[in-house]
This record gives sequence, C-alpha cells and structure tokens, in this order.
Amino acid sequence: MLRSEPVIVTAGAAALAQALTDQAARTVEVDWRPPVPGTEAALAKVLADPRREAANALALERLTATRPQVVTAAPAAELLGLELGAFLHAGPPITWDRASGPLRGALIGAALFEGLVATPEEAEARFAAGEYTLEPCHHRGAVGPMAGVVSPSMWMWVVEDGGRRAVCSLNEGLGKVLRMGAFGPEVIARLKWMSAVLGPALRDALADFGPLDARAHMAQALQMGDELHNRNRAATSLLTRVLGASLAKGPDASEIFAFIDTNDHFFLNIGMASAKLSCDAARDIPGSSIVTAMARNGTDFGIQVSGCGPCWFTGPAGVPDGLYMGDYGPEDANPDIGDSTIMETAGLGGFAMAAAPAIVRFIGGTVDQAIPATLSMYEITAGEHPSYALPSLEFRGSPVGIDVALIARTGILPVVNTGIAGKVAGTGQVGAGLVRPPANVFTDALTALAA
Amino acid sequence: MAELVVVRPGAYHDSVTLMRASRALAAASGVERAHVAMATPLNLGLAEEMGFDVPAGAGPTDLLIAVSAADPDAALAELDRLLTARTASTAESGRALPRTTAAAIRSRPDANLALISCPGEHAFAEALDAVDAGLSVMIFSDNVSLAQEVALKERAEGLVMGPDCGTAIVSGIGLGFANAARRGPVGIVAASGTGAQQVTCLLDAAGVGVSHVLGTGGRDLSAEVGARSTLKAMAMLDADPGTELVIVLSKTPDPLVAQAVEAAAAAMATPVEIGFLGADCPDLTAITEQTLARLGVEIPEWTSWVAPASPAAPRRGRLHGLYSGGTLCQEAAYLASGLDAEFTDFGDDRYTRGRAHPMIDPTLRLARLSELVKDPAAGAILLDVVLGHGADPDPAAAIGPALDEAAAAGLRVTVALIGTGDDPQGLDRQALALQRAGAAVFTSNAAAVRHARTLMEA
Repeated sequence: MLRSEPVIVTAGAAALAQALTDQAARTVEVDWRPPVPGTEAALAKVLADPRREAANALALERLTATRPQVVTAAPAAELLGLELGAFLHAGPPITWDRASGPLRGALIGAALFEGLVATPEEAEARFAAGEYTLEPCHHRGAVGPMAGVVSPSMWMWVVEDGGRRAVCSLNEGLGKVLRMGAFGPEVIARLKWMSAVLGPALRDALADFGPLDARAHMAQALQMGDELHNRNRAATSLLTRVLGASLAKGPDASEIFAFIDTNDHFFLNIGMASAKLSCDAARDIPGSSIVTAMARNGTDFGIQVSGCGPCWFTGPAGVPDGLYMGDYGPEDANPDIGDSTIMETAGLGGFAMAAAPAIVRFIGGTVDQAIPATLSMYEITAGEHPSYALPSLEFRGSPVGIDVALIARTGILPVVNTGIAGKVAGTGQVGAGLVRPPANVFTDALTALAA
Repeated sequence: MAELVVVRPGAYHDSVTLMRASRALAAASGVERAHVAMATPLNLGLAEEMGFDVPAGAGPTDLLIAVSAADPDAALAELDRLLTARTASTAESGRALPRTTAAAIRSRPDANLALISCPGEHAFAEALDAVDAGLSVMIFSDNVSLAQEVALKERAEGLVMGPDCGTAIVSGIGLGFANAARRGPVGIVAASGTGAQQVTCLLDAAGVGVSHVLGTGGRDLSAEVGARSTLKAMAMLDADPGTELVIVLSKTPDPLVAQAVEAAAAAMATPVEIGFLGADCPDLTAITEQTLARLGVEIPEWTSWVAPASPAAPRRGRLHGLYSGGTLCQEAAYLASGLDAEFTDFGDDRYTRGRAHPMIDPTLRLARLSELVKDPAAGAILLDVVLGHGADPDPAAAIGPALDEAAAAGLRVTVALIGTGDDPQGLDRQALALQRAGAAVFTSNAAAVRHARTLMEA
C-alpha cells in the first residue's frame, strides 16, 4: 500500500469520498445501501464462515467448467425408471390440492396421454384422491419448462458430462401445449407423435452425428442474439443446421424439419438440461452460499443452495410483468411456473439480457434497460462465465453463480425472463415477461446457512 | 408556520449527507426548523425534543423528514433537490455505481485501499470484501464488534486500519478526518485518531512533515486484538525508505501488548518514539517535543490566541470538557485530575449511532453547551475543534453563536484547535472567529487544559 499511489474504494459517507476527490486522489465509489432488513446477523455469520470464500470459488469453478454434451434421446421410463402413475413436475414439491391451473391441466393431459384415464374429469378425481405420485423433476436430475410435467412415455433429451447426466423433455411448440396447461385432443395427438416419431428420430440423428457440444452451441447462440431462455431462435436454427444431415437420413425428416421450424423454443430444453447439469455440479459444497436451482411450480417459487443440500426455500410465485398475446391480459395470468429459471441460475436468460436486444420489447422492456439489467446481475453473482461471452459488454462473461449473501447485502433480486401460462387449466400460453423471485427465499436460505 | 412529518420507508442516505441536507434546509428562507435523518431511536427522540409529532412504527432503515416551514411542500421539494444533487452527478457517468466493495474492486483492479464508513453493523461485509481481495482497508465506522475486528485482522494480508479509525494519511492523501500536513520524514502509527491529528499538526507547526499516518483503531492494543495492526504498520514504516523516525501512539494499552510493541520497536532499524497515554505519561504535546528534540529541530512556542475581556462576571463552578476527539478527551481528563471537572466524548459509539461524528455534526454538543449555559453549577468549558479534510467546513461558524451565549453568561470557554495552516477551513481564520466569540484558543490540547486549570484555580 505504501509503495504505490493509493487507488481507493470508498463505501459509506459521501463527504469522505468527496474529501478524497478534493485531494485529487484516484477513487472508485460504492453506492452503498443497507442490507435487506433483518439479515444483519445471518450475514455477519455467513460472511465470517472461513469456508465460504473457497467453497464459493469451488462452486463457481464446477458450475462453469461443466461441458454438457447432448448424447441421445430416450423415454422417461427408460431414463429415470419412471413408472406408470408417477409424474414429475416443475418447481419445488407440491400436492394436487395446492397445484395451480396450468400444472393441473398438464397433469390431466399427461394422464390422458398415458391412457390412465378416459376423461379430464376422471383424471382430476384420481389426482385429487392421491392415486398418482407427484415429484419434482429436480429430484430426478431432470428439468421441465413451465408445468414441467413428465410421464413415463415422454421422450427426453439426455445431456452428459463425464459420468454425470441431466435430462429434459422435448419442446412441444407454442400456444396450446401441455407445458402451458392445455390438454385438448390436439395436445395429446402431438405428444403421441413426439413419442412415436420425433423422439426416435432425434435419438437416431444423435447416434449418427455423435455428441453435440451444447456449451459451444449456446456460446454461439449468445452471439447471435439469443439469451437462451425467452429467445432460442438462433440456437434452434443452429441445431437444425448441425443435426440436419443426420436427421435427413431418417424416414420422417421433412415432417420433423417442419415441426422444428414452427417452434423457436425447440432448443430451450437442451439448454435447460445443460444448465441443470452445470448447476448440479455445484451442489453440496459445505459453506457455499451459491444458488444451485431456482424453480417454480405455479404456486411456489423455490431455490436450492449449495451449502444447504437438497433443502428447498420457498415463497409465493409472483405474476410476471410482460406482454400478452391476443385478448389475454394480466387477469388471465397464472403465477410464475417452470424449471426454466435454471437458465438464470446458470448465468443465462435474464442474466444475459444484454445479448438479446431483439426480445426486450417482448418481455416488456427497452433496449436501454437490457444492458443495465445484465450489469446489475454482476452485483449478486460470484463470477463471470468463461464460455458465455456477451458481445454488447465487450465480450465480458455472463454473470454467473448467484450468491444469496450478495442478494441480502444489495437487495437486488435475480432478473428472470419467462413465459406466462393462463391460470385456467387448459388455456395454454397467454404471454411472456419478466418476473422477480420473492426476496424471502434468498434470506431464508441465508438464515439456514448461518444456523 | 406549518409542520410536516414524512417517513420514507427504506430510503437510505448516509448520515453526513443527511446532516448537511438538514442544515441547508434549516437555513433556507421560510424554514423554521428541519430535521432530516434515518429514523433511529436517537434521531426520533431528537425530533420529539424539537416538538415534532413522530409517527409510530418508523425504524432505522426509514428516512424521517420533519420540517416546520411557511410552505412545507416547497421545503420538501428543496430537500429532494439537495438529496438528489449528488445522485444526478453520478448518473452523468451513464453507468450505475457498484453496490458492494467487491464489485467496486472488480471494476478497478488497481485499487489497493478501501475506505469503509457505512454504519458499523454493516461495515464487516464491506471490509471483508477488501480483505479477501488482498487490499488494505481503513474502517472509519465505529460500532463494529470486537470479534469482527479480530476476524478481519487475522485474515488480512494488507493493513486493517480501524474499526473506528478516524484518520490516516497515506502517501500524502488524507483519509477520514485528516489534516493537510506537510510531507516529511516522520511516520505515525496511531491507535488514536485525534492523538495522531494533534501530533501531526504540532509537527507541521514546527516545520516537520509526515511520511504516512497509519491508524489502527482504538482497540488494537487491547489483549484481544494483540496489536495486530500496530505491529504490521510498524513493519511497513520500517520498510518505507521515506520514513526516518516512527511515532507509535495509543490510549492506555494492555500491559503485555505494550511490551510486545516495545520489543518490536527495539528490533526495528528505524528509531521509534512510543507514546502511550496514561496518568503519569507524557502528553501528546510532550511526545511531539521529544520527537523534535530527537530530530534536532527547535521546539517552537505553540500558537495560542487569548480570550477577549469577558462581558460578564466570570462564573465559578465545575469545568465541563465537551470533546469530539476521544484521545484528546482522555488526555484532558488526565491533565485535569484534581479539578472539579467532567468530560464527555461526543465521538463515543453511544452518540454516533445513526448520526454523523461530532466533527461533522455539532448538534448534540451544541445542545449540551446550551444546557450548561443555563446551569449555574457550570463554571467553565473546555472543548476541541478539529479541522482538516472530512471535518465540518466551518466549525467556528457552527459553534460561534453558542460561544457568544456562553460568554454573555460568564461561562469561560477554552478551545483546543487542532489544525494546520493548509487545512481547508484555515487555522488562523477559525482561531480568530473562535476568539471573537469569546474563547481562548490553543493549538496544543495540553496547553488548553493547563489554561483551563489556571482559570479554575484563580
């Protein structure tokens, strides 16, 4: 300190910072504000934990070093040992009686699809009677967008790195789809086609092509205007190109290309499985305050934190603020739903808004807001992703490794991009927008870490 | 006049900014009284004393605005202008400022020092960011726990100055409350902010400059902290080619820790002058004089300004020491032993929760002074006025009216004025203004106390 000219960070009284400026000292000022009220004691304890710094560095290293490879596609029954009558869903654990409209709609649809029931009414009765089991995707190394409902016959992407694996369902397209809670005949027919035609075709194409490097693929898409949660157009287009020659060898290539062409989010589910694999690598590090999952079931918003093991911290899911399709409005919107917040947990989606100027209007913002939104996320993350560079920030790595201690200190909540499902079962998608998680999930996790 | 009391939940501003805005608002035309502060119990109590109806439920994270004015809404608009003036200037840079010390360090990889002055209960997090990034840190904040102080000092590679470190000068840059002292060969390590300021200013008056002044925090020489920062700062100065002599200052240390410091001093290549304050120890002025003697510099007569003739018959009674500097207060208490005297350190943690240090915010000290004017048992006043960067831009103007009242009531006031000729407030200008208000003014605190003693014993 005595050997070189002082370069001084100031946090606190503005007059003391001003006194340094008056002396022509080189300074950088912190816009300091008090932490979230009530977190002082837990913060002091967590910050003083001698394990914290190394634990968070390790969590970040594991999260960002993961190299997800798309290896195959297969039915959930085969991959997860999921039995008939067992259903996975998005978000933290929930029971039928607390499930929101779109989650109920998707469960009804999945029961119809599996042939367990003949009518939606029968499905409702059986779910209400507790005849089927419900379990979070996250508990099985899986993720699912929106309702995230997975039943044994549904095909899933398989993403691996070394001996580790994560899986995610196949994307059905936009509008009236199961994941948004729709369960009409066209929804069931599409699911059947996906199991009979699409899944096997993707399996065969991947067998022909070999493992697909999802991390490199997503890095390219970020430079083509995707943030990989609400915009997957570039990633989907690239996927069609990369797998095209292999897909074209199969019998139904034309039909499959046409299906993918109607669905800009076709890639999202690969991205989610990849993000899940990355975040899972950061789990279970004692003393780490890094978030390893953020997920919603349409009723609760839940997070998991590395140093807290499998424990969920939950709060009420908020209603997204965004744009609505057709005649739909905020009154039609269901509270936040889906495992797709795994993208933000991995440093993408809302955290990479600066990469995706094309969709800032769609999610209710302006281009001018996209860059500050991403910049503010650096305040609550442990580091920058070495593989996910953001062109508009001079190729700075995207902010990654959400730290609950930094959220408590700054009061800044993660920015989440999301689709909006209709709240009435069977409606489907009504819009897309931005949502903020409930603050208590992060402060509760901090309190648990301090215990 | 109409009263307006507004609570803004969660609206945070630092105590210095609020105090300055509050004062500027109170001085605005059409405003009778104004009190703008975070709603801590102390500040709520102050608002009640000022006659405002304070709404229930306001807490320390809420902004309390209480104003009595001809047009309260206009006053509120003026306040918002005062509070947002700085925000606007930072917005000009186009980018949001970092929100944590860690983020600021990431944005300036060449940063090597952090100055933390947020409220004490939150200072640990910011200081830890600096320590974990390998920076030295000065913690100006008080109300930081001893356990946190030890944890920071154990972990730090660099120097931890503080907590409750009021002053430092690093390579000519004054941090916190620091005087504009000339640069020179003397390095100071001080577990005492105003002690270091007194010595620095007297050295400056004798024509001798400082290389660096490194604070350590008042508890550094306690048994629990074990002089961790003092020993590190001594080693840094020993290695510094610009430092030819080191002064180590502290309020009364733990005896075993004092021995360790003395042993470290004996092992240094650079000569060390140790000044531990205590009942039978040399005072700060004497320590300065010993240092000058070692350097072969002539000891000057320390400047003073005599009090003008009192307009009222001098009162008899107790001597009240109203200090903003902790070490100056302790030194005065030692030197006043045997007198009927009472000393208050307004810089103590008790008085600074939720409000700025008395070197910036004179409110509580002025309130006490006006009580004493009305108290027939009070005979004389002794107080310090500390100049320099970070301190009140014109303390004589803030305290002058109260001194006029004291003089009119026959209460004699002696001031220890700590400053240099280059301080932004101007030593002579402040001394003359205080003298005009009826006070006797001394640049040496010890000389000021001796003067007060002669008044008491006359």
